[in-house]
Amino acid sequence: MFLKEYIADVVNGVSSLLKGMRKTGYYFVHPKEIITEQYPDNRATLLMSERFKGEVVMPHDAQNEHACTGCTACELACPNGTIKVVTKFEVSPEGKKKKAIDALVYRLELCTMCNLCVVACPSDAIKMAPNFEHSVFDRTKLTKVLNQPGSKIREGIE
Amino acid sequence: MFSLEGITTSVQDWLFMKFNPTMALAMECVIVILLAISLFAILGLVLVLMERKVAAHIQIRLGPNRVGPGGMFQTVADTLKLIMKEGLVPDMADKFLFNLAPFVVMMVGMLLLAPIAFAKNFQIWDINIGVLYISSVSSLSVIGILMAGWASNNKYSLLGAMRSGAQIVSYELSAGFAVLTIVVLTGSLQISEIVKAQENGWWIFKGHIPAIIAFVLYIIAVTAETNRAPFDLAEAESELTAGFHTEYSGMRFALFFLAEYINIFIVCAIGATLFFGGWMPLHIGNWAAFNHIMDYIPSSVWFMGKTFFLIFLIMWFRWTFPRLRVDQLLNLEWKYLLPISLFNLLLVAIIAILGWHF
Repeated sequence: MFLKEYIADVVNGVSSLLKGMRKTGYYFVHPKEIITEQYPDNRATLLMSERFKGEVVMPHDAQNEHACTGCTACELACPNGTIKVVTKFEVSPEGKKKKAIDALVYRLELCTMCNLCVVACPSDAIKMAPNFEHSVFDRTKLTKVLNQPGSKIREGIE
Repeated sequence: MFSLEGITTSVQDWLFMKFNPTMALAMECVIVILLAISLFAILGLVLVLMERKVAAHIQIRLGPNRVGPGGMFQTVADTLKLIMKEGLVPDMADKFLFNLAPFVVMMVGMLLLAPIAFAKNFQIWDINIGVLYISSVSSLSVIGILMAGWASNNKYSLLGAMRSGAQIVSYELSAGFAVLTIVVLTGSLQISEIVKAQENGWWIFKGHIPAIIAFVLYIIAVTAETNRAPFDLAEAESELTAGFHTEYSGMRFALFFLAEYINIFIVCAIGATLFFGGWMPLHIGNWAAFNHIMDYIPSSVWFMGKTFFLIFLIMWFRWTFPRLRVDQLLNLEWKYLLPISLFNLLLVAIIAILGWHF
């Protein structure tokens, strides 16, 4: 029936609008729900979310060892030439030659934080860090070497 | 007890004592003009800040919080910025109409102040056709908006102005019917009479469900008439950049911006007068003690409190509801609001004739 549908329409519309108003009214009277971060003031207590992509880092363990084999998968995956892997050959005591990294050069000013290098890495040697304060006065400081000096590859990673 | 009535009578007595009647009347006019302009300036600052704060809290944000304590001087800073900006007039625009339009829109707001009762016996002009005057003058604002859209020489402006015309003309009907329900209940068009009729209870309580329906219809219709979201099709940031005031900048833009908030204040003041008893304190039946305590709150505080409550309600709508399309807008008016308000008016007429209201 037409009239019944009409009234149902009106009631439906009004009740759904009231539902929305209840939600926003709840937010209005509950200031603790506010999610604004007052950034420079709360720098000490700022919590970044885990998956925030700020820069590429290479985690090192206590023995100053990393997991990078120097396979250059990240370099190949990078769409804009941000990563350059410089490899060298290490000679083991048995006289066997082994490929290793000399330097993993990361140019932050070219990076778009696309995460493709992290996905490409077969040994999970690199990851994204949540640090976002990258401003420097000299752009050469943005070119970083990710492996720490004197570090070597962890045992058992091929 | 503080009352504005005493101040106005003493000022008038003093003026008529010192000067001849013509001179005294002229000076009273100047005082009223100064008061109206200062009220507009203060309202502009307060309401813009209120809107931004309300919007922020509804959207779980903080809002302006840097300029002054809690961001209190944000709007003052914004106004200073707007004053110092260059007011551009686009090439090939109709310069006369372009410059005139913001003032027409403001003038409508100023004219509407005349019959509003701000406190007990504190009214610029207690005209005996007050409600009729309000509904006829408020429809003039469409001229200012059409003028702005036409004179800008910009297709966005023209489209926005045309939409605004369609919108204001159609929603005026249901706003008028909502106002009429109260006129039917009161039996008078005079604002002071309408307020006086609510001495023993506001119409929203005394008028049963039809009064509540009329109030809802009134709020919806005036939100559309003031071109605010969810009915902001005249501005329509997403499709018409800024609608009729796309080409306006600097102080002329500020006048349009101010006029929007002044119009909100005025429609809310009228809504408060019609449905919530204007400056009349909250009286409940025979609770003599309660009524006596309520009388101690000054009438101006009652009026402003009710008005700002309604303003908050309209802001709450704006930041909650999704926008309408043009066809949905006109559907809502012609297929829903108008039939409902006609039926509602009939119901109220029956109630008024049979004396079912309290």
